[in-house]
Amino acid sequence: MSDPHSLILARQLTKRFGDLTAVDGIDFEVAKGEAFGFLGPNGAGKTSTMRMIGGVSPVTSGLLTIFGLDPARHGPTIRARLGVVPQADTLDLELTVRENLMIYSRYFDLSWREGARRADELLEFVQLKERSRDKVDELSGGMKRRLTIARALINSPELLLLDEPTTGLDPQARHLVWDRLYRLKQRGVTLVLTTHYMDEAEQLCDRLVVLDKARIAAEGSPRELIDRYSTREVLELRFPIDEQPSLDGKLNDIAERIEVLPDRVLLYTSDGDEAIAAVRKRGLQPETALVRRSTLEDVFLRLTGRSLVD
Amino acid sequence: MSLMAGTLHVVEYNALVFRRIWRGSIAVSFFTPLFFLAAMGVGLGGLVNRSSGGVNGVPYLDFLAPGLIAAACMQTAAIEATYPILAKIMWDKTYEAALATPVTIPDLIRGEVVWTTIRMFIVAAMFWIVMYLFGVGHSLEALLAIPASVLTGLAFSSTIMAFTATRRNDSGFAAINRFVIIPLYLLGGTFFPIAKLPLALQALAWATPLAHGVALTRGVVLGNINAPEAALHALVPLAYFAGGLLIARALLVKRLAK
Repeated sequence: MSDPHSLILARQLTKRFGDLTAVDGIDFEVAKGEAFGFLGPNGAGKTSTMRMIGGVSPVTSGLLTIFGLDPARHGPTIRARLGVVPQADTLDLELTVRENLMIYSRYFDLSWREGARRADELLEFVQLKERSRDKVDELSGGMKRRLTIARALINSPELLLLDEPTTGLDPQARHLVWDRLYRLKQRGVTLVLTTHYMDEAEQLCDRLVVLDKARIAAEGSPRELIDRYSTREVLELRFPIDEQPSLDGKLNDIAERIEVLPDRVLLYTSDGDEAIAAVRKRGLQPETALVRRSTLEDVFLRLTGRSLVD
Repeated sequence: MSLMAGTLHVVEYNALVFRRIWRGSIAVSFFTPLFFLAAMGVGLGGLVNRSSGGVNGVPYLDFLAPGLIAAACMQTAAIEATYPILAKIMWDKTYEAALATPVTIPDLIRGEVVWTTIRMFIVAAMFWIVMYLFGVGHSLEALLAIPASVLTGLAFSSTIMAFTATRRNDSGFAAINRFVIIPLYLLGGTFFPIAKLPLALQALAWATPLAHGVALTRGVVLGNINAPEAALHALVPLAYFAGGLLIARALLVKRLAK
């Protein structure tokens, strides 16, 4: 039917809730060992797609196979080989850190002894060994997230699904999570994640699709997408608040493309410094001028006309 | 994973949580019947026996005690099927976590029902021991009061679980307690014979699983029930239980597998 190496195959995959179409006929494939991302704003259909892949949410129409199996018919078999990190932590607050892993190992039908062995190993991996006897309630947000990841790994999954793995975490906690996910990838675990953070997508994903309004807007590696949809550099200008609306026309032809956002103006160009000089030559006095490289945020803006994070 | 394994693991989960509170829970299961039988059975019962020579030809304590066992199982089932289940559905989302594993929705339902059965069994057994200490039910058949009352509770377990599956908050639970559990407890044949109710209420009472469960439990303790009667009284709670299971399953699938 298709590449036998693909772990996930979706063709015209669709999910409807009543009148609402959450996922509208999307096609994608994920290969073994890949780190694949769904990038998009809230409500783009990321979570619905993940829940279908997880075999929890029935497919409305289209084709979806995971490990070559139909989730409607082989849900438990598929889930036995999956790890799932849901968007909101679903840890058991009444149990200790270690008990959370132990009971989860039982759900996968592992023996108590094997569950204990893996729990200890995973607590070490996510750096929570010292907290193993504590109640989950007492953990910080970053620790809970790491525990959720450890729990998702209890069955040694071939495929790990992560729905916004670092949303709500502080920068240090995020980097720790990224580091662990990177190690898993090195070990050959296939990662599928959703995010609305462009830096996360750039850090972790070999390949990603940009989802917007339930459809795929673009697909490629972060580098490819940036090359295809944006320029090498971006000049960000901030003007005094009352001046920005009166800029109309004054910046024309300085850059390949101009985006006027509520708080700043973005000039897409191959040479940012040259663009600054051109702006000044026209007698404009921006409060700040910053030259940076293009990111996936710019790709998203180009594709949808909107920012990823409002 | 086999049918049994998923169910077993859901029971194990409940047992793991229960491990933290079992001492208190067992103590409550012992002292509640002790106080009830002392106050209502012996204290109030003494008055009843003196004024009217007991109820249905037996001392009031003998009439009351078995009915209370069935009612206690109903109350246990009602509690287990409301707050803890809604917490797992929406507050703590532990069902969502479990459903990301090979565990299925039918596993969850079976597991919860088995766990509630264990809880009711403990409650009924403690109650039975207290009843025995009060001198009621000194026969081998009287032990059947335990499965009979557990069966009574099961009728409430599955039906109330179905109700819980439709809830977005816990306000309905107070209504269930106020308009179903307490009226049944007071009027369902536990404290006085249903025949003493107005005719319309009698019909209503006999449509509920509690009235039949109480009649069955009382019958086996007092040894004055025949097999066809016992079968009828068992069938009604059983029908509620089975119907509740089917509805609970459909509603939980609708809620959790969107």
